[in-house]
Amino acid sequence: MDLEYSPEYRAFRDEVRTFLDENKHRAPNAARMIPGRPNSPKEWQQLLIEHGYAARTIPKEYGGYGAEPDILKTRIIAEEFARARVPTGHSGDNRLVPTVLELGTEEQKQWLVPPSVRGEMTWCQGYSEPGSGSDLASLSTKAELDGDEWVINGQKIWTSGAQNADMMFCLVRTEPDAPKHNGISYLVFSMDTPGIEVRPLVSMMGDAFFNEVFFTDVRVPKDQIIGKRGEGWFVANTTLRYERGGLGDPNEAENRLNRIVDMMKRETVSGERLIDNPIYRDRLLKLQGQILAMKFNGMRVLSHNIKGEEPGMARWIVKLNGCELNHQMAGLAIDVLGELGLLYDGSDYLRDGGFWQARYMLDLGLIIGGGTAQIQKNMIGERALGLPKEPKVEAA
Amino acid sequence: MDFALSEEQRMLQDSISGYLESGCPLTRVREVAEARDDRADDVWEELTNLGVHGVLIDEDYGGVGLGCLEAALIAEALGHAVAPVPYAASSIMAPTALAMAGSDEQKEAWLPRIAGGEAVVGVGVTEQIGRRETEGVTSADGKLNGKAMFVLDGASADVLMIASDDGALHLVDPNGPGVTRNKLKTIDRTRTVAEIGLDGASSDVLPGSDANREPLLTTIDVGRMILAADTLGAAQSMLDKSVDYAKERRQFNRVIGSFQAVKHMCAEMAAELEPCRSLVWYTAHAYAAIPEEGRLMACHAKAHLAEVGKFVARKSTEVHGGMGITDLLGLHYWFKRIGFNRQLLGAPELVREEAAQVQEWV
Repeated sequence: MDLEYSPEYRAFRDEVRTFLDENKHRAPNAARMIPGRPNSPKEWQQLLIEHGYAARTIPKEYGGYGAEPDILKTRIIAEEFARARVPTGHSGDNRLVPTVLELGTEEQKQWLVPPSVRGEMTWCQGYSEPGSGSDLASLSTKAELDGDEWVINGQKIWTSGAQNADMMFCLVRTEPDAPKHNGISYLVFSMDTPGIEVRPLVSMMGDAFFNEVFFTDVRVPKDQIIGKRGEGWFVANTTLRYERGGLGDPNEAENRLNRIVDMMKRETVSGERLIDNPIYRDRLLKLQGQILAMKFNGMRVLSHNIKGEEPGMARWIVKLNGCELNHQMAGLAIDVLGELGLLYDGSDYLRDGGFWQARYMLDLGLIIGGGTAQIQKNMIGERALGLPKEPKVEAA
Repeated sequence: MDFALSEEQRMLQDSISGYLESGCPLTRVREVAEARDDRADDVWEELTNLGVHGVLIDEDYGGVGLGCLEAALIAEALGHAVAPVPYAASSIMAPTALAMAGSDEQKEAWLPRIAGGEAVVGVGVTEQIGRRETEGVTSADGKLNGKAMFVLDGASADVLMIASDDGALHLVDPNGPGVTRNKLKTIDRTRTVAEIGLDGASSDVLPGSDANREPLLTTIDVGRMILAADTLGAAQSMLDKSVDYAKERRQFNRVIGSFQAVKHMCAEMAAELEPCRSLVWYTAHAYAAIPEEGRLMACHAKAHLAEVGKFVARKSTEVHGGMGITDLLGLHYWFKRIGFNRQLLGAPELVREEAAQVQEWV
């Protein structure tokens, strides 16, 4: 165990802190931000790229900063931005860009990565379908080759940000006779392509964050495929890997807990501070113990990653536990607020801009999205503990 | 920055685990438990040879002079094997208090004997955490009066270390005048606790603990950390047994581990338990390396492992179905070990309240 940072990394941390001190006033307001929404203005993103705090490891020729991968520096940046409560930049799209860089052709990299990194080309993910949620590989939106074009027909759902996105990366069935995992291809195309209809799907939060997307004879050039025909499932798993890695950040959880501590010292009920109420306090302390355990688990995973080792179980549990803890924290914050915790939609007396109610509902969505808690438990059981899969049921 | 065990630490833990696997199987645990022996002498001796009892004791006093993380790794191995030997109080809490607050004479008298496996120390600090059926212990003019309950590793200890109400720590001869000892029967037959009556008993106070509560509090911190590590090992063992059983046991023409109801119980145990390993490592590391966090982490490790241990003990028993509650299977030894660790040195609610005080929330 050595939790000290070497001089090189201490200096790097100082450099990030100095940058944040000097530039914090230019950053968008983090406290009101809801993850997943466009929140990083282009000027802020550009500034971060110039300093190597966004798109850090994306090569210079594709618009990034071009640093060697250094997991610890990436972590230091995330920690310092979280500490300063300043929103981080982005790397284009953390699902699409790594996939294109890993599996795309040179033309595709040049076409897609630089504008994505600048924030001028935004993305939505066309994976889930009404009939294919957890069983994603059963998807039925089809693409047939007609001359030099794919012709797409079908429907996607839960498409976050589709109404604002410039582009979609999309899984379609191109080989209807192949086994389900081998019949899928990964296409990219503009959301302005004729035949695409986006219908907002209003969530319980009251916003239209998600959408349904309908495809009617949507024609896409043949070469807008990442990877080969029928290899889309493999390509998609590359992106799913990145998406899962992005959920359940323990540093973010610790920050949020500290906000609840502050709130419990500030808010009173019948003249008593909430933190002086032993039952609320015990709920807070229980969560603190769990969050500390997940924070140290994160440090352990990080150390494995730095050394290029497989973290094993410590990695498999991150999404399940992280999302659950976030949801529980939001629940505690609402309970701490009592009747005030009901307020919403910019009401009078609203606390923290309605952050906690929004998080309570959004975090429930995150428990389900990106692989439900039950799918996570299947993966822990089958891949990490080696328990057998359910017997297959043949399609009727 | 490297949050991981060193090669030496892994080897240490492997050597202890490796020995316990062959030298302290369930059959041996059962013999000790059924005979109501205070410890397995053969296991005790071999652990002495492996340096277990001297893990924290300086080489000058015949120990191996390692740190809290090594001590926690040993505790994890002992919990995994439900090893029926004194450790938390005798090998960890007492040497910690002696090193911090003992006189040279006291150190010379006891540390080499502890490291050499020749002396067991029972530690009585319960009244300083949560007083129950007792008046506590008062100290005046070198004499102790009152009662110390749940003196850990205390049933046949060669010397006792008792905390008085002012926070001072006293060495007491269990066979001396004015001392009575009553071994209490608990759910867990792999460790012992005793009730010690004191009626004008002679005290040999640790001078550094006189009018200074810090040695007492630090002794409780390390005790809590060790009980947490013991639960980590015991709970990991219960999870491992559950997974093995779920891969073998067949019902409805399938192994039960292929049913999601059972698989998800195993996954939930793993998801709860895995971060505990990092919490215990960090806590043990922080004790020396980040002392300002030591007490808070010890509280959280104790409380959180108590909760997760309870969850795993219950779910693991359920995975084993009816067999889980039989004496024949023996899973109950782990269940009870985890239960013992939960109650001793502060149940989770009390310890979390201390965590609030440490952070000056109240």
